Amino acid sequence: MKILFLMLGLMPVLAHAADSAKMVKPDIAVCENCHGKDGAGNGDFPRLAGMGAPYLVKQLQDFRSGKRVNQIMQPIAKSMSESDFMKITEYFSGLPVPALQESTADAALLSQGESLAVNGDWAHGIPACFQCHGARGQGIAPEFPAIVGQSAGYISNQIASWKSGTRTNDPVGLMKSVSDKLSDDQIKAVSAYLTKGGVK
Amino acid sequence: MKIAILLLLAATSAFAAEEKPFTPPAEREIPNNEFGNVIRLGKSIFTDTQHYAKQHVGNGLNCVNCHLDSGRKENSSPLWGAYVRYPAYRAKTKQVNTFEERVQGCFMYSLNGTAPALGSAEMTALVSYAYWMSTGVPVNTTPKGAGYPKLKKAALTPDFSRGKEVYAANCQICHQSNGEGKKVDGKFAFPPLWGNESFNWGAGMHRIDNAAAFIKANMPLSKGDSLSDQEAWDVALFVMSHDRPKDPRAKGGIAATKKELHDENCRYGDTVDGKVLGE
Repeated sequence: MKILFLMLGLMPVLAHAADSAKMVKPDIAVCENCHGKDGAGNGDFPRLAGMGAPYLVKQLQDFRSGKRVNQIMQPIAKSMSESDFMKITEYFSGLPVPALQESTADAALLSQGESLAVNGDWAHGIPACFQCHGARGQGIAPEFPAIVGQSAGYISNQIASWKSGTRTNDPVGLMKSVSDKLSDDQIKAVSAYLTKGGVK
Repeated sequence: MKIAILLLLAATSAFAAEEKPFTPPAEREIPNNEFGNVIRLGKSIFTDTQHYAKQHVGNGLNCVNCHLDSGRKENSSPLWGAYVRYPAYRAKTKQVNTFEERVQGCFMYSLNGTAPALGSAEMTALVSYAYWMSTGVPVNTTPKGAGYPKLKKAALTPDFSRGKEVYAANCQICHQSNGEGKKVDGKFAFPPLWGNESFNWGAGMHRIDNAAAFIKANMPLSKGDSLSDQEAWDVALFVMSHDRPKDPRAKGGIAATKKELHDENCRYGDTVDGKVLGE
């Protein structure tokens, strides 16, 4: 049911991308269809609000060139110009970071996730997430995006993609290296924590 | 015969077990008492030296920048590898130094600051943290994983231009193109490798052999052992060919200091881009 709902939500975007091969106007509403009102994120669709503009631009460029693979985003990015990228990312990066929600995950899982985010697991060669993504996971522009306040689904999907090799646009292969070492339990824990992380 | 093989196998597996680096006690094992409080302060100083020992620090670094994972990680000069190796004679000071004196050296050179006094709250806390972390490591031994693993001599003479390329591809994203690291909210998120906020010319890390060993085992973060030996040598040479705060031990001019203190694998006193390093 949820999938059907998501697909219905996507239909206008896909139709839009398909029937105007020439150009889709940089229509914020198109982005909001999936990424939620004000770019706050929606289910597994990541939040865009308050994300660094250079990071967002790079992702759009990578979708367009095929360096980042995603069936929904690639046609959309291909239909846009560089100046559309600029306008859209400027808009979303200027929006306030949505208030973080309390997680419903259990306390032990969150505590394991917090430990990974703050200290890492060096016994397995895993540095702390916050070592590169900022002391509160707020991101360090331009290359290291904010990771708090993203849905657990989005975070765990990305880690899985790096691990399997379907996402490869991380600088210096840093996320590939970390993802390869994370166990399934750790991915679950850190994704749960980052969803609400940084509340403190 | 069969027994001999079994014995051999047992000996081999015992050897393999011995080869595994020491695992220091988990942080939750720090006792909840007065001693534990001092150990925890030691950890705080170690990981956030800028805040907890700020009066002793003269640059932008923290202990943990060179001693990863709060001083726990093997092959990253872990505290448990250092604590059990002192007192020791050091060529650098030409005398026997205690562990406390060794830590003072870190503050004077790597942190470009002033040494906390023996018996000061900071020193007592750092020594307590190192002592606790070394629980179970025999004294007067060199445990596997202590220090940085020495790198074999490079096949090709380390080269600045090749090093610059390695740096751009692997290091620059965090340490920046000017090598001066990156601050977020007024604190270094990525430490400076050269320039005024980095370690001075008296720090062990300015030696190319030392830096190459650290880099090979630990950099880029999470990707230790990913660079080739040659790349590690080249990039170490490149990084250590930039200027940094002066050697506090220098009494005379550069030439005299080079002869007296820098007869080692380093660029002190060399001219790079028309500037004499160390001035």
